[in-house]
Amino acid sequence: MTDHNAPTSVGIVTPQVAQFNEPLALSNGGELPQYQLVYETYGELNADKSNAVLICHALSGHHHAAGYHSEEDKRPGWWDHYIGPNKPIDTNKFYVIALNNLGGCHGSTGPNTINPATGKLWGSDFPVLRVRDWVNSQAKLLDYLGVEKLAAVVGGSLGGMQAMRWTLEYPDRVGACVVVASAMQLSSQNIAFNNIARSAISRDPEWHDGHFYSVDSKPRTGLSLARKIAHVTYLSDDVMGERFGRELKSGDFTLGTRSDYEFQVESYLDHQGATFAEAFDANTYMLMTRALDYFDLAREYDDDPVKAFSHAKCPFLVISFTTDWRFSPERSREIVQALLAAGRPVTYADIDSNFGHDAFLLPNPRYEGLFRSFMNNVANSLRGDA
Amino acid sequence: MRVDLEIIRSWIAPNSRVLDLGCGDGSLMAMLRGDGHTCVGLEIDADNIQTCVDKGLSVIEQDLDLGLPNFADKCMDMVVMTQTLQAVHYPDKVLLELLRVGREGVVAFPNFGNWRCRYYLGFRGRMPVSKFMPYSWYDTPNIHFCTILDFEQLCADLGISIVERMVVDEQGHSDWLTSSMPNLFGTTAIYKIRK
Repeated sequence: MTDHNAPTSVGIVTPQVAQFNEPLALSNGGELPQYQLVYETYGELNADKSNAVLICHALSGHHHAAGYHSEEDKRPGWWDHYIGPNKPIDTNKFYVIALNNLGGCHGSTGPNTINPATGKLWGSDFPVLRVRDWVNSQAKLLDYLGVEKLAAVVGGSLGGMQAMRWTLEYPDRVGACVVVASAMQLSSQNIAFNNIARSAISRDPEWHDGHFYSVDSKPRTGLSLARKIAHVTYLSDDVMGERFGRELKSGDFTLGTRSDYEFQVESYLDHQGATFAEAFDANTYMLMTRALDYFDLAREYDDDPVKAFSHAKCPFLVISFTTDWRFSPERSREIVQALLAAGRPVTYADIDSNFGHDAFLLPNPRYEGLFRSFMNNVANSLRGDA
Repeated sequence: MRVDLEIIRSWIAPNSRVLDLGCGDGSLMAMLRGDGHTCVGLEIDADNIQTCVDKGLSVIEQDLDLGLPNFADKCMDMVVMTQTLQAVHYPDKVLLELLRVGREGVVAFPNFGNWRCRYYLGFRGRMPVSKFMPYSWYDTPNIHFCTILDFEQLCADLGISIVERMVVDEQGHSDWLTSSMPNLFGTTAIYKIRK
Protein backbone atom coordinates (compact mmCIF):
# COMPACT_ATOMS: atom_id res chain seq x y z
CA MET A 1 0.00 0.00 0.00
CA THR A 2 1.52 3.26 -1.06
CA ASP A 3 0.44 6.78 -0.31
CA HIS A 4 0.35 8.43 -3.73
CA ASN A 5 -2.61 10.49 -2.63
CA ALA A 6 -1.47 11.21 0.91
CA PRO A 7 -1.81 14.91 1.75
CA THR A 8 1.92 15.02 2.53
CA SER A 9 2.99 13.49 -0.80
CA VAL A 10 3.78 15.50 -3.91
CA GLY A 11 1.85 12.74 -5.71
CA ILE A 12 2.60 11.65 -9.28
CA VAL A 13 5.53 13.54 -10.81
CA THR A 14 6.97 13.55 -14.31
CA PRO A 15 10.65 14.04 -15.05
CA GLN A 16 11.53 16.85 -17.47
CA VAL A 17 14.53 17.27 -19.73
CA ALA A 18 16.48 20.48 -20.26
CA GLN A 19 18.69 20.55 -23.35
CA PHE A 20 21.73 22.85 -23.40
CA ASN A 21 23.46 23.56 -26.68
CA GLU A 22 26.01 26.02 -25.31
CA PRO A 23 29.24 24.28 -24.29
CA LEU A 24 29.94 23.85 -20.57
CA ALA A 25 33.53 24.62 -19.56
CA LEU A 26 34.83 21.91 -17.23
CA SER A 27 37.36 22.07 -14.40
CA ASN A 28 39.66 19.69 -16.24
CA GLY A 29 40.17 22.35 -18.93
CA GLY A 30 37.90 20.66 -21.45
CA GLU A 31 34.28 21.24 -22.22
CA LEU A 32 31.06 19.42 -22.89
CA PRO A 33 29.84 20.76 -26.25
CA GLN A 34 26.22 20.07 -25.41
CA TYR A 35 24.39 18.26 -22.66
CA GLN A 36 21.04 17.55 -21.17
CA LEU A 37 19.87 17.47 -17.59
CA VAL A 38 16.87 15.51 -16.42
CA TYR A 39 15.04 17.05 -13.48
CA GLU A 40 11.82 17.13 -11.51
CA THR A 41 10.13 20.04 -9.78
CA TYR A 42 7.66 20.04 -6.91
CA GLY A 43 5.54 22.97 -5.79
CA GLU A 44 5.01 26.25 -7.66
CA LEU A 45 7.50 28.98 -8.46
CA ASN A 46 6.10 32.14 -6.90
CA ALA A 47 5.52 35.42 -8.74
CA ASP A 48 8.86 36.98 -7.84
CA LYS A 49 10.64 33.65 -8.42
CA SER A 50 12.21 33.76 -4.99
CA ASN A 51 11.07 30.44 -3.50
CA ALA A 52 13.21 27.90 -5.38
CA VAL A 53 15.08 25.24 -3.43
CA LEU A 54 17.72 23.14 -5.17
CA ILE A 55 18.23 19.56 -4.00
CA CYS A 56 21.74 18.22 -4.66
CA HIS A 57 21.95 14.45 -4.71
CA ALA A 58 24.51 12.11 -3.23
CA LEU A 59 26.56 9.34 -4.84
CA SER A 60 23.76 7.08 -6.00
CA GLY A 61 20.98 9.67 -6.09
CA HIS A 62 19.12 11.24 -8.99
CA HIS A 63 16.36 13.63 -9.98
CA HIS A 64 13.55 11.58 -8.48
CA ALA A 65 13.67 12.97 -4.94
CA ALA A 66 9.97 12.91 -4.05
CA GLY A 67 6.61 11.53 -5.12
CA TYR A 68 5.84 8.67 -7.50
CA HIS A 69 6.19 8.19 -11.22
CA SER A 70 2.92 6.31 -11.64
CA GLU A 71 0.01 4.84 -9.72
CA GLU A 72 1.80 1.50 -9.86
CA ASP A 73 5.08 2.92 -8.56
CA LYS A 74 5.78 1.23 -5.25
CA ARG A 75 8.61 3.37 -3.92
CA PRO A 76 8.68 7.15 -3.66
CA GLY A 77 11.66 9.37 -4.49
CA TRP A 78 14.79 9.06 -2.39
CA TRP A 79 14.11 12.03 -0.09
CA ASP A 80 10.33 11.73 0.10
CA HIS A 81 10.46 11.82 3.91
CA TYR A 82 11.67 15.39 3.72
CA ILE A 83 10.07 16.89 0.60
CA GLY A 84 6.33 17.41 0.22
CA PRO A 85 3.35 19.42 1.47
CA ASN A 86 3.94 20.24 5.17
CA LYS A 87 7.20 18.32 5.20
CA PRO A 88 10.47 20.05 6.19
CA ILE A 89 11.02 21.18 2.60
CA ASP A 90 7.42 22.26 2.27
CA THR A 91 6.17 22.23 -1.31
CA ASN A 92 3.30 24.50 -0.27
CA LYS A 93 5.95 27.15 0.27
CA PHE A 94 8.83 26.20 -1.98
CA TYR A 95 9.44 25.38 -5.62
CA VAL A 96 11.74 22.41 -5.32
CA ILE A 97 14.16 21.47 -8.10
CA ALA A 98 15.86 18.07 -8.09
CA LEU A 99 18.09 16.98 -10.96
CA ASN A 100 20.26 14.12 -12.03
CA ASN A 101 23.81 15.41 -12.11
CA LEU A 102 25.99 15.36 -15.20
CA GLY A 103 27.79 12.04 -15.45
CA GLY A 104 24.80 10.35 -13.84
CA CYS A 105 23.01 7.37 -15.26
CA HIS A 106 19.37 8.34 -14.88
CA GLY A 107 18.86 10.43 -17.99
CA SER A 108 21.31 13.32 -17.76
CA THR A 109 24.30 13.38 -20.11
CA GLY A 110 26.75 10.82 -18.80
CA PRO A 111 28.86 7.79 -19.66
CA ASN A 112 25.83 5.82 -20.85
CA THR A 113 24.77 8.49 -23.36
CA ILE A 114 26.03 9.13 -26.90
CA ASN A 115 29.27 11.02 -27.44
CA PRO A 116 28.38 13.27 -30.39
CA ALA A 117 31.99 13.17 -31.62
CA THR A 118 31.99 9.39 -32.12
CA GLY A 119 28.33 8.50 -32.32
CA LYS A 120 28.98 5.86 -29.67
CA LEU A 121 28.31 5.72 -25.94
CA TRP A 122 30.87 7.70 -23.96
CA GLY A 123 31.80 4.93 -21.52
CA SER A 124 34.95 5.71 -19.59
CA ASP A 125 35.87 8.43 -22.14
CA PHE A 126 33.30 10.68 -20.47
CA PRO A 127 35.12 13.74 -19.14
CA VAL A 128 36.33 13.68 -15.56
CA LEU A 129 34.00 15.84 -13.47
CA ARG A 130 34.43 17.74 -10.25
CA VAL A 131 31.78 18.95 -7.80
CA ARG A 132 32.29 22.43 -9.22
CA ASP A 133 31.20 21.22 -12.66
CA TRP A 134 27.96 19.96 -11.20
CA VAL A 135 27.39 23.28 -9.47
CA ASN A 136 28.04 25.17 -12.73
CA SER A 137 25.65 22.94 -14.66
CA GLN A 138 23.03 23.32 -11.91
CA ALA A 139 23.38 27.11 -12.29
CA LYS A 140 22.65 26.69 -16.02
CA LEU A 141 19.53 24.72 -15.12
CA LEU A 142 18.39 27.57 -12.86
CA ASP A 143 18.91 30.03 -15.73
CA TYR A 144 16.83 27.73 -17.92
CA LEU A 145 14.06 27.66 -15.30
CA GLY A 146 14.17 31.43 -14.84
CA VAL A 147 15.43 31.26 -11.26
CA GLU A 148 17.97 33.96 -10.47
CA LYS A 149 18.34 33.31 -6.76
CA LEU A 150 17.71 30.17 -4.72
CA ALA A 151 15.86 30.46 -1.43
CA ALA A 152 18.06 27.56 -0.35
CA VAL A 153 20.45 24.96 -1.63
CA VAL A 154 20.21 21.66 0.20
CA GLY A 155 22.24 18.48 0.13
CA GLY A 156 23.34 15.45 2.12
CA SER A 157 26.72 13.72 1.86
CA LEU A 158 28.14 14.40 -1.63
CA GLY A 159 25.09 16.65 -2.06
CA GLY A 160 26.23 18.70 0.92
CA MET A 161 29.55 19.26 -0.83
CA GLN A 162 27.69 20.69 -3.81
CA ALA A 163 25.56 22.85 -1.52
CA MET A 164 28.67 24.29 0.17
CA ARG A 165 30.38 24.84 -3.19
CA TRP A 166 27.30 26.77 -4.34
CA THR A 167 27.72 29.28 -1.52
CA LEU A 168 31.31 30.00 -2.61
CA GLU A 169 30.85 30.00 -6.39
CA TYR A 170 27.49 31.79 -6.53
CA PRO A 171 27.16 33.58 -3.18
CA ASP A 172 24.61 36.05 -4.57
CA ARG A 173 22.39 33.29 -5.87
CA VAL A 174 21.94 31.45 -2.55
CA GLY A 175 19.65 32.55 0.30
CA ALA A 176 20.44 29.71 2.70
CA CYS A 177 22.39 26.47 2.75
CA VAL A 178 21.61 23.14 4.40
CA VAL A 179 24.52 20.69 4.71
CA VAL A 180 23.63 17.25 6.07
CA ALA A 181 26.15 14.51 6.96
CA SER A 182 28.85 16.01 4.80
CA ALA A 183 32.48 17.11 4.93
CA MET A 184 34.82 19.73 3.48
CA GLN A 185 36.99 16.92 2.18
CA LEU A 186 37.08 13.15 2.38
CA SER A 187 39.36 11.49 4.88
CA SER A 188 42.05 9.10 3.78
CA GLN A 189 39.90 6.24 5.10
CA ASN A 190 37.02 7.40 2.91
CA ILE A 191 39.22 7.52 -0.17
CA ALA A 192 40.47 4.05 0.71
CA PHE A 193 36.92 2.68 0.73
CA ASN A 194 36.26 4.31 -2.63
CA ASN A 195 39.47 2.81 -3.97
CA ILE A 196 38.38 -0.68 -2.94
CA ALA A 197 35.02 -0.10 -4.60
CA ARG A 198 36.66 1.05 -7.84
CA SER A 199 39.07 -1.89 -7.78
CA ALA A 200 36.13 -4.25 -7.49
CA ILE A 201 34.67 -2.74 -10.66
CA SER A 202 37.86 -2.44 -12.68
CA ARG A 203 38.90 -6.04 -11.92
CA ASP A 204 35.63 -7.44 -13.11
CA PRO A 205 36.39 -9.10 -16.52
CA GLU A 206 33.14 -7.58 -17.78
CA TRP A 207 34.44 -4.04 -17.19
CA HIS A 208 36.28 -3.84 -20.52
CA ASP A 209 38.00 -0.62 -19.50
CA GLY A 210 34.63 1.06 -19.19
CA HIS A 211 33.47 0.16 -22.69
CA PHE A 212 31.32 -2.78 -21.70
CA TYR A 213 28.27 -1.38 -23.53
CA SER A 214 29.77 -2.19 -26.94
CA VAL A 215 30.13 -5.84 -26.01
CA ASP A 216 26.64 -5.83 -24.54
CA SER A 217 27.91 -6.61 -21.10
CA LYS A 218 27.96 -5.13 -17.60
CA PRO A 219 30.41 -5.50 -14.69
CA ARG A 220 27.65 -6.67 -12.37
CA THR A 221 29.93 -8.59 -10.04
CA GLY A 222 32.28 -5.67 -9.53
CA LEU A 223 29.56 -3.06 -9.18
CA SER A 224 27.59 -5.14 -6.73
CA LEU A 225 30.72 -5.75 -4.66
CA ALA A 226 31.47 -2.03 -4.72
CA ARG A 227 27.96 -1.32 -3.48
CA LYS A 228 28.19 -3.93 -0.75
CA ILE A 229 31.38 -2.37 0.59
CA ALA A 230 29.90 1.12 0.48
CA HIS A 231 26.63 -0.03 1.99
CA VAL A 232 28.37 -1.41 5.07
CA THR A 233 30.07 1.93 5.58
CA TYR A 234 26.73 3.73 5.38
CA LEU A 235 25.30 1.68 8.24
CA SER A 236 26.37 1.50 11.86
CA ASP A 237 27.36 -1.57 13.82
CA ASP A 238 24.31 -0.89 16.04
CA VAL A 239 21.77 -0.86 13.26
CA MET A 240 23.18 -3.95 11.57
CA GLY A 241 23.07 -5.73 14.92
CA GLU A 242 19.47 -4.66 15.44
CA ARG A 243 18.33 -5.49 11.96
CA PHE A 244 20.17 -8.75 11.30
CA GLY A 245 21.96 -9.81 14.46
CA ARG A 246 23.53 -13.20 13.89
CA GLU A 247 20.36 -14.72 12.52
CA LEU A 248 20.81 -17.54 10.06
CA LYS A 249 19.02 -17.38 6.75
CA SER A 250 18.60 -21.15 6.76
CA GLY A 251 20.08 -24.25 8.34
CA ASP A 252 21.51 -24.27 11.83
CA PHE A 253 24.79 -23.49 13.53
CA THR A 254 25.82 -27.14 13.82
CA LEU A 255 25.72 -28.02 10.17
CA GLY A 256 25.60 -24.75 8.28
CA THR A 257 23.88 -24.86 4.92
CA ARG A 258 26.80 -24.50 2.53
CA SER A 259 24.85 -21.87 0.71
CA ASP A 260 26.26 -18.56 -0.51
CA TYR A 261 24.67 -16.76 2.35
CA GLU A 262 24.11 -18.43 5.62
CA PHE A 263 23.56 -15.32 7.73
CA GLN A 264 20.70 -12.89 7.20
CA VAL A 265 23.09 -9.99 6.79
CA GLU A 266 24.80 -11.78 3.89
CA SER A 267 21.54 -12.29 2.10
CA TYR A 268 20.62 -8.65 2.63
CA LEU A 269 23.93 -7.37 1.31
CA ASP A 270 23.84 -9.62 -1.73
CA HIS A 271 20.38 -8.41 -2.55
CA GLN A 272 21.42 -4.77 -2.14
CA GLY A 273 24.48 -5.29 -4.35
CA ALA A 274 22.60 -7.16 -7.06
CA THR A 275 19.76 -4.64 -7.21
CA PHE A 276 22.18 -1.76 -7.41
CA ALA A 277 24.29 -3.43 -10.11
CA GLU A 278 21.22 -3.74 -12.33
CA ALA A 279 20.05 -0.16 -11.84
CA PHE A 280 23.31 1.77 -11.78
CA ASP A 281 26.09 2.41 -14.25
CA ALA A 282 29.63 1.36 -13.37
CA ASN A 283 31.19 4.33 -15.20
CA THR A 284 28.98 6.71 -13.24
CA TYR A 285 30.07 4.99 -10.04
CA MET A 286 33.73 5.51 -10.99
CA LEU A 287 33.11 9.14 -11.90
CA MET A 288 31.09 10.02 -8.80
CA THR A 289 33.52 8.41 -6.35
CA ARG A 290 36.39 10.25 -8.02
CA ALA A 291 34.54 13.55 -7.68
CA LEU A 292 34.04 12.75 -4.00
CA ASP A 293 37.71 11.92 -3.49
CA TYR A 294 38.92 15.10 -5.18
CA PHE A 295 36.48 17.45 -3.50
CA ASP A 296 38.36 19.87 -1.26
CA LEU A 297 36.35 22.92 -0.33
CA ALA A 298 39.33 25.08 0.61
CA ARG A 299 42.04 23.96 -1.81
CA GLU A 300 41.86 27.04 -3.97
CA TYR A 301 41.52 29.28 -0.91
CA ASP A 302 45.05 28.55 0.37
CA ASP A 303 43.67 25.45 2.11
CA ASP A 304 41.97 27.78 4.54
CA PRO A 305 38.29 26.92 5.04
CA VAL A 306 37.71 30.21 6.86
CA LYS A 307 38.94 32.10 3.82
CA ALA A 308 36.73 29.89 1.65
CA PHE A 309 33.58 30.51 3.70
CA SER A 310 34.28 34.24 3.91
CA HIS A 311 32.97 34.26 0.31
CA ALA A 312 29.62 32.82 1.40
CA LYS A 313 26.82 35.23 2.23
CA CYS A 314 24.01 33.08 3.60
CA PRO A 315 23.01 31.37 6.85
CA PHE A 316 23.82 27.66 7.18
CA LEU A 317 22.21 24.68 8.84
CA VAL A 318 24.73 21.88 9.44
CA ILE A 319 23.56 18.48 10.66
CA SER A 320 25.43 15.31 11.55
CA PHE A 321 24.40 11.95 13.00
CA THR A 322 25.95 10.37 16.06
CA THR A 323 26.67 6.95 14.55
CA ASP A 324 27.78 8.17 11.10
CA TRP A 325 31.37 7.02 10.75
CA ARG A 326 31.65 7.63 7.00
CA PHE A 327 30.98 11.38 7.40
CA SER A 328 31.49 11.65 11.12
CA PRO A 329 30.14 14.47 13.33
CA GLU A 330 33.74 15.70 13.60
CA ARG A 331 33.72 16.55 9.87
CA SER A 332 30.55 18.59 10.38
CA ARG A 333 32.08 20.35 13.39
CA GLU A 334 34.99 21.39 11.16
CA ILE A 335 32.50 22.99 8.77
CA VAL A 336 30.83 24.76 11.70
CA GLN A 337 34.12 25.98 13.10
CA ALA A 338 35.13 27.46 9.74
CA LEU A 339 31.72 29.10 9.30
CA LEU A 340 31.87 30.63 12.78
CA ALA A 341 35.35 31.97 12.20
CA ALA A 342 34.20 33.40 8.87
CA GLY A 343 31.37 35.15 10.73
CA ARG A 344 28.59 33.31 8.95
CA PRO A 345 25.35 32.57 10.82
CA VAL A 346 25.28 28.84 11.45
CA THR A 347 23.18 26.36 13.36
CA TYR A 348 24.52 22.92 14.10
CA ALA A 349 23.01 19.80 15.63
CA ASP A 350 24.38 16.31 16.08
CA ILE A 351 21.31 14.11 15.80
CA ASP A 352 21.01 10.92 17.81
CA SER A 353 20.48 8.08 15.38
CA ASN A 354 21.46 4.44 15.08
CA PHE A 355 21.38 4.49 11.31
CA GLY A 356 24.91 5.66 10.52
CA HIS A 357 25.38 7.71 7.36
CA ASP A 358 22.05 6.50 5.95
CA ALA A 359 20.30 8.48 8.71
CA PHE A 360 20.21 11.53 6.46
CA LEU A 361 17.63 9.78 4.25
CA LEU A 362 15.49 8.32 7.03
CA PRO A 363 12.70 9.66 9.24
CA ASN A 364 13.92 11.12 12.52
CA PRO A 365 11.76 13.48 14.60
CA ARG A 366 14.59 15.70 15.82
CA TYR A 367 16.25 16.01 12.40
CA GLU A 368 12.84 16.73 10.90
CA GLY A 369 11.99 19.36 13.52
CA LEU A 370 15.19 21.35 13.07
CA PHE A 371 15.11 21.05 9.29
CA ARG A 372 11.46 22.17 9.19
CA SER A 373 12.06 25.10 11.50
CA PHE A 374 15.13 26.30 9.58
CA MET A 375 13.25 26.07 6.26
CA ASN A 376 10.27 27.91 7.78
CA ASN A 377 12.62 30.75 8.67
CA VAL A 378 13.88 30.73 5.08
CA ALA A 379 10.27 30.94 3.83
CA ASN A 380 9.47 33.75 6.27
CA SER A 381 12.53 35.73 5.22
CA LEU A 382 11.27 35.56 1.61
CA ARG A 383 8.06 37.23 2.65
CA GLY A 384 10.17 39.82 4.48
CA ASP A 385 12.04 40.57 1.26
CA ALA A 386 8.90 41.07 -0.77
CA MET B 1 11.21 39.72 31.65
CA ARG B 2 14.13 38.26 33.58
CA VAL B 3 15.89 41.11 35.35
CA ASP B 4 19.34 39.56 35.03
CA LEU B 5 18.89 39.58 31.25
CA GLU B 6 17.95 43.28 31.32
CA ILE B 7 21.08 44.12 33.28
CA ILE B 8 23.30 42.09 30.94
CA ARG B 9 21.70 43.82 27.99
CA SER B 10 22.68 47.21 29.36
CA TRP B 11 26.32 46.10 29.72
CA ILE B 12 26.92 45.20 26.08
CA ALA B 13 28.42 47.78 23.72
CA PRO B 14 26.49 48.45 20.48
CA ASN B 15 26.98 46.11 17.51
CA SER B 16 28.84 43.49 19.49
CA ARG B 17 29.60 39.95 18.42
CA VAL B 18 28.12 37.95 21.28
CA LEU B 19 28.58 34.28 22.21
CA ASP B 20 26.05 32.87 24.69
CA LEU B 21 27.34 29.81 26.56
CA GLY B 22 24.45 27.58 27.55
CA CYS B 23 21.98 29.82 25.74
CA GLY B 24 18.91 27.85 26.84
CA ASP B 25 15.78 28.76 24.91
CA GLY B 26 17.52 31.78 23.38
CA SER B 27 15.65 34.47 25.36
CA LEU B 28 18.77 36.57 25.88
CA MET B 29 19.99 36.13 22.30
CA ALA B 30 16.59 37.10 20.91
CA MET B 31 16.69 40.26 23.02
CA LEU B 32 20.27 41.05 21.99
CA ARG B 33 19.50 40.41 18.33
CA GLY B 34 16.75 43.00 18.65
CA ASP B 35 19.38 45.41 19.98
CA GLY B 36 21.42 44.91 16.81
CA HIS B 37 24.06 42.52 18.15
CA THR B 38 25.24 39.47 16.22
CA CYS B 39 24.70 36.42 18.41
CA VAL B 40 25.52 32.76 18.43
CA GLY B 41 24.66 30.38 21.24
CA LEU B 42 26.05 27.08 22.46
CA GLU B 43 23.58 24.62 23.94
CA ILE B 44 23.46 20.94 24.73
CA ASP B 45 19.74 20.36 25.30
CA ALA B 46 17.84 19.21 22.20
CA ASP B 47 14.56 20.95 23.10
CA ASN B 48 16.35 24.23 23.78
CA ILE B 49 18.19 23.95 20.45
CA GLN B 50 14.89 23.41 18.67
CA THR B 51 13.39 26.46 20.41
CA CYS B 52 16.36 28.60 19.36
CA VAL B 53 16.00 27.47 15.74
CA ASP B 54 12.25 28.19 15.94
CA LYS B 55 13.23 31.75 16.87
CA GLY B 56 15.61 31.95 13.92
CA LEU B 57 18.67 32.12 16.16
CA SER B 58 22.11 30.71 15.45
CA VAL B 59 22.80 27.87 17.84
CA ILE B 60 25.53 25.25 17.96
CA GLU B 61 25.13 21.92 19.73
CA GLN B 62 28.21 21.82 21.93
CA ASP B 63 29.28 20.59 25.36
CA LEU B 64 30.91 23.41 27.32
CA ASP B 65 32.84 20.90 29.39
CA LEU B 66 34.89 20.11 26.28
CA GLY B 67 36.04 23.73 26.10
CA LEU B 68 35.71 26.09 23.16
CA PRO B 69 38.45 24.75 20.84
CA ASN B 70 36.41 25.83 17.82
CA PHE B 71 36.71 29.51 18.74
CA ALA B 72 39.81 31.62 18.21
CA ASP B 73 41.28 33.88 20.89
CA LYS B 74 39.30 37.10 21.38
CA CYS B 75 37.05 36.39 18.39
CA MET B 76 34.00 37.64 20.33
CA ASP B 77 33.33 41.08 21.77
CA MET B 78 31.31 39.56 24.57
CA VAL B 79 30.79 36.07 25.91
CA VAL B 80 27.83 35.66 28.24
CA MET B 81 26.98 32.77 30.51
CA THR B 82 23.78 32.99 32.53
CA GLN B 83 22.64 30.33 35.03
CA THR B 84 25.13 27.88 33.55
CA LEU B 85 28.31 28.15 35.65
CA GLN B 86 26.86 25.86 38.32
CA ALA B 87 26.02 23.18 35.73
CA VAL B 88 29.46 22.65 34.18
CA HIS B 89 32.05 20.13 35.33
CA TYR B 90 34.98 22.55 35.36
CA PRO B 91 33.75 26.07 36.18
CA ASP B 92 37.34 27.38 36.46
CA LYS B 93 38.33 26.09 33.03
CA VAL B 94 35.10 27.33 31.48
CA LEU B 95 35.74 30.83 32.90
CA LEU B 96 39.24 30.86 31.44
CA GLU B 97 37.94 29.67 28.07
CA LEU B 98 35.22 32.32 28.22
CA LEU B 99 37.79 35.07 28.57
CA ARG B 100 40.16 33.54 26.05
CA VAL B 101 37.43 33.71 23.40
CA GLY B 102 35.79 36.96 24.54
CA ARG B 103 37.31 40.38 25.04
CA GLU B 104 34.87 40.65 27.93
CA GLY B 105 32.54 38.29 29.71
CA VAL B 106 29.32 38.39 31.65
CA VAL B 107 28.54 35.64 34.13
CA ALA B 108 25.30 35.30 36.09
CA PHE B 109 24.77 32.56 38.65
CA PRO B 110 22.55 31.74 41.65
CA ASN B 111 24.16 32.76 44.93
CA PHE B 112 24.35 29.78 47.23
CA GLY B 113 25.33 32.08 50.10
CA ASN B 114 21.76 33.48 50.17
CA TRP B 115 20.13 33.35 53.59
CA ARG B 116 17.46 30.89 52.41
CA CYS B 117 20.13 28.39 51.43
CA ARG B 118 21.90 28.96 54.74
CA TYR B 119 18.62 28.47 56.61
CA TYR B 120 17.83 25.25 54.74
CA LEU B 121 21.24 23.80 55.37
CA GLY B 122 21.93 25.38 58.78
CA PHE B 123 18.58 24.95 60.52
CA ARG B 124 16.78 22.23 58.61
CA GLY B 125 19.94 20.32 57.76
CA ARG B 126 18.72 19.70 54.22
CA MET B 127 20.09 20.66 50.84
CA PRO B 128 18.17 23.74 49.67
CA VAL B 129 15.23 23.33 47.32
CA SER B 130 13.39 26.44 46.19
CA LYS B 131 11.64 28.05 43.29
CA PHE B 132 15.04 29.11 41.98
CA MET B 133 16.69 25.78 42.64
CA PRO B 134 13.86 23.30 42.26
CA TYR B 135 15.94 20.14 41.92
CA SER B 136 16.69 17.43 44.46
CA TRP B 137 20.36 16.93 45.22
CA TYR B 138 20.54 13.57 43.42
CA ASP B 139 18.84 14.69 40.27
CA THR B 140 20.06 18.15 39.36
CA PRO B 141 21.99 19.65 36.49
CA ASN B 142 23.51 22.01 39.06
CA ILE B 143 26.64 20.34 40.33
CA HIS B 144 28.89 23.27 41.27
CA PHE B 145 27.07 25.79 43.43
CA CYS B 146 29.12 28.67 44.79
CA THR B 147 28.61 31.82 46.82
CA ILE B 148 29.45 35.36 45.79
CA LEU B 149 32.57 35.21 47.96
CA ASP B 150 33.61 31.90 46.38
CA PHE B 151 33.24 33.32 42.90
CA GLU B 152 35.22 36.45 43.69
CA GLN B 153 37.97 34.34 45.25
CA LEU B 154 38.12 32.18 42.11
CA CYS B 155 38.38 35.29 39.92
CA ALA B 156 41.26 36.54 42.07
CA ASP B 157 43.00 33.15 41.86
CA LEU B 158 42.59 33.07 38.07
CA GLY B 159 43.74 36.67 37.57
CA ILE B 160 40.30 37.70 36.31
CA SER B 161 39.29 41.32 36.96
CA ILE B 162 35.74 42.16 37.95
CA VAL B 163 34.59 45.20 36.00
CA GLU B 164 31.00 45.38 37.25
CA ARG B 165 28.88 43.55 39.76
CA MET B 166 25.13 43.57 40.25
CA VAL B 167 23.37 41.48 42.86
CA VAL B 168 19.59 41.12 42.86
CA ASP B 169 17.03 39.44 45.09
CA GLU B 170 14.35 36.92 44.27
CA GLN B 171 12.17 39.58 42.66
CA GLY B 172 15.12 40.74 40.61
CA HIS B 173 15.47 43.96 42.56
CA SER B 174 18.56 45.57 43.88
CA ASP B 175 18.11 47.39 47.19
CA TRP B 176 20.12 48.39 50.25
CA LEU B 177 20.08 44.80 51.55
CA THR B 178 21.48 43.25 48.39
CA SER B 179 23.98 46.11 48.09
CA SER B 180 25.23 46.08 51.66
CA MET B 181 25.14 42.32 52.24
CA PRO B 182 25.04 40.76 48.78
CA ASN B 183 26.28 37.34 49.84
CA LEU B 184 23.47 37.06 52.38
CA PHE B 185 20.56 38.69 50.56
CA GLY B 186 21.42 38.31 46.88
CA THR B 187 19.69 35.56 44.89
CA THR B 188 21.42 36.11 41.58
CA ALA B 189 24.87 37.62 41.06
CA ILE B 190 25.85 39.13 37.74
CA TYR B 191 29.43 40.01 36.90
CA LYS B 192 31.16 41.69 34.02
CA ILE B 193 34.71 40.31 33.88
CA ARG B 194 37.91 40.71 31.90
CA LYS B 195 41.33 39.14 31.72
